[in-house]
Amino acid sequence: MNLLEISHLEKNYATKKAVDDISFSIPKGSIFGLLGPNGAGKTTLLRMITGIFYPDNGQILFDGQTFDPARDIADIGYMPEERGLYKKMKVAEQVLYLAQLKGMSSKDARLKMKYWFDKFQINSWSDKKVEELSKGMQQKVQFISTVMHEPKLLILDEPFSGLDPINSVLIQNEIFELAKKGITIIFSTHRMEQVEEICDHIVLVNNGKKILDGKVQQIKQDFKKHLFQIKLGLVPNPAQLATYHFTIIEQDGNSLIVKVNEDSQTNDILKHFINHDLQVTYFEEVLPTISEVFIEQVKITNDAA
Amino acid sequence: MNKIWLIIKREYLARVRKKSFLVLTILTPIFIIALMVVPALLARTGNAEKRIVVVDESKLFENRIPDGQNEHFIFNDQLPFDSLRTSYAEKGFTGLLHIPKMDNLNRLPNIVYYGEGQLNIMTKSSLESKINNVIEDLRMEKAGIDKSKLDDIRSNVDIISKTGKEEKEGSAEISLVIGYASGFIIYIILLLFGMMVMRGVMEEKMNRIAEVMVSSVKPFQLMMGKILGIGAVGLTQFIIWIGLIYGLAFLVPLFISPAELAAAQANSPNPSAGVAIAQQLQHIQLSANWPLITFCFVFYFLGGYIFYSSLFAAVGSLVNEDPNDAQGLTFPITLPIIIAILIMMKAVTDPNSSLAVWGSIIPFTSPVVMMARIPYGVPGTVTYWQLALSMGILVIGFLFTTWVAGRVYRTGILLYGKKVTWGEALKWIFRKN
Repeated sequence: MNLLEISHLEKNYATKKAVDDISFSIPKGSIFGLLGPNGAGKTTLLRMITGIFYPDNGQILFDGQTFDPARDIADIGYMPEERGLYKKMKVAEQVLYLAQLKGMSSKDARLKMKYWFDKFQINSWSDKKVEELSKGMQQKVQFISTVMHEPKLLILDEPFSGLDPINSVLIQNEIFELAKKGITIIFSTHRMEQVEEICDHIVLVNNGKKILDGKVQQIKQDFKKHLFQIKLGLVPNPAQLATYHFTIIEQDGNSLIVKVNEDSQTNDILKHFINHDLQVTYFEEVLPTISEVFIEQVKITNDAA
Repeated sequence: MNKIWLIIKREYLARVRKKSFLVLTILTPIFIIALMVVPALLARTGNAEKRIVVVDESKLFENRIPDGQNEHFIFNDQLPFDSLRTSYAEKGFTGLLHIPKMDNLNRLPNIVYYGEGQLNIMTKSSLESKINNVIEDLRMEKAGIDKSKLDDIRSNVDIISKTGKEEKEGSAEISLVIGYASGFIIYIILLLFGMMVMRGVMEEKMNRIAEVMVSSVKPFQLMMGKILGIGAVGLTQFIIWIGLIYGLAFLVPLFISPAELAAAQANSPNPSAGVAIAQQLQHIQLSANWPLITFCFVFYFLGGYIFYSSLFAAVGSLVNEDPNDAQGLTFPITLPIIIAILIMMKAVTDPNSSLAVWGSIIPFTSPVVMMARIPYGVPGTVTYWQLALSMGILVIGFLFTTWVAGRVYRTGILLYGKKVTWGEALKWIFRKN
């Protein structure tokens, strides 16, 4: 069951097509990565999903029904890249205000606020003005205000920017926990290592168009270059490495990176080393990182454009 | 609608709870009253008991110069002037007034006051007028004119103004004062609160909370919430001011008489409005058409505020990192307000001129100019159709400016980095969602 279905979405600005016929679906409870270079159209896309912008063309289905901003924004939590809080407002007051604007009752908001403040251990900040907090603390407060109204869909745009490693892990764990509870999360970022760690599914956009769409593992498979990293028991001599099954890409003593011939199988490689009496101590396929796929695909589409 | 209410509440409370709000609200009327009262107080204390010895060589003025409130004139004919000139202080006198011998009533004497300090202005003018009276009376006696007959000849006309079919009585001076005061107050309010709205909008951009807010509410709701919330602050402040001013206006006369206030005002740098107000405070309460004036004031206050604050909100949404951009962008908005006050200055003395009439109908200037004209009488000076037209156009006006501002606002608040000009902003008005 898909929480969000986007079909043929378009948004034009005076000078360019920011979103040019993009379609994808997001299953419920998944953590979905939205990637793309700066200016690719990600923010415009997200703003259409949150009802801030209206599409020029196309359709958005939210939880099976046509997306109706007036009704559905209560079920969406959005943490934009350009984010902030009213500096002069007290923390607790601010959080309650934002929750009520999402449609929460004052009573529910107080209960939920207590839950989250206890969880993050920030009760002592309740009466402080936002400007008195450090940046990391402000981000935590911002995060709470985004998730407090228990949205079905959570949209996080660069949620880790400005966070130290400890707070990053904290937020990351929260994201996992929320996903486990069935909340669907759209995660937009440039930090590819985190995409691999966190996301199930990604979409890559460039110049307003979608260029990749699939599960993380699947994409890595799709773009694999048949590279393997192999470590041997001892440094081989070149004669032992000559075979049509693979070519050596890199060698560092007994550690090799090889590219496998299209017609060959992994077992062929293993058989080769066994036949040469070489002990294989390490053997793993080197899949491309999402970062590599990103850079390559963006380059290809840029060159084509 | 519920969301707009939440926003109004927040905007209102955020400003009303600030210490600066209380301080400003309570201090401002106290400050204004003090401006009028303190000179009077100073005048009073400045007038310590004065004992002035008068050497009247012609002996014409004795008993004809009455003592003032703090001034006692003691006539001395024993000691010669020259000795008193150096010894008046030792003898306990504050000063010495020397009126040389007047042989000829037609030639005025050189009257000199000798004292430690300069002769108090009020004492000087009252002395001068008293001495003039004596000389005039003496001249009349000499010319054989009976003073009482002269008093019968003197005339003191006071023209009464009766306007319109009902021939309502009115006073031009009072209308001027009320008109000027109301117009000026609205002018201040438009600038003050308009700027407050603009700063509030800029706050949202600078705090970068704009996008978070519009993911929960429509930009128009956010803008209106701000405008109405700040308007409520203004209204609250205004009500407190009126309350305080009335309260003080009743208390002050218990300590200082209106005459003293008027006298102090006559010597202060801004005599005109002050004198009229101090002298005619009670008179005003009875003669003007207060229900109408109050109703119109509230209408133009609100209408003008919404008209201009939405424009200020639009400007605020265009300003980026540099608050100095605001100056250039604000100018087209503040200009009409300043023009309004200039027109009002003319309208208040000539409420029937075509400048005044048009100024009171065009929505950019009507809140200020119409209030200057209304105390002169409806339907006398301001006809029913003028009033209706003016009010109607103002309503259409603020509906229009709010709509225009809404469209500029919703694009402007999400735009960072780029410096926006009015030309670009105008294009947004016509862009679809």
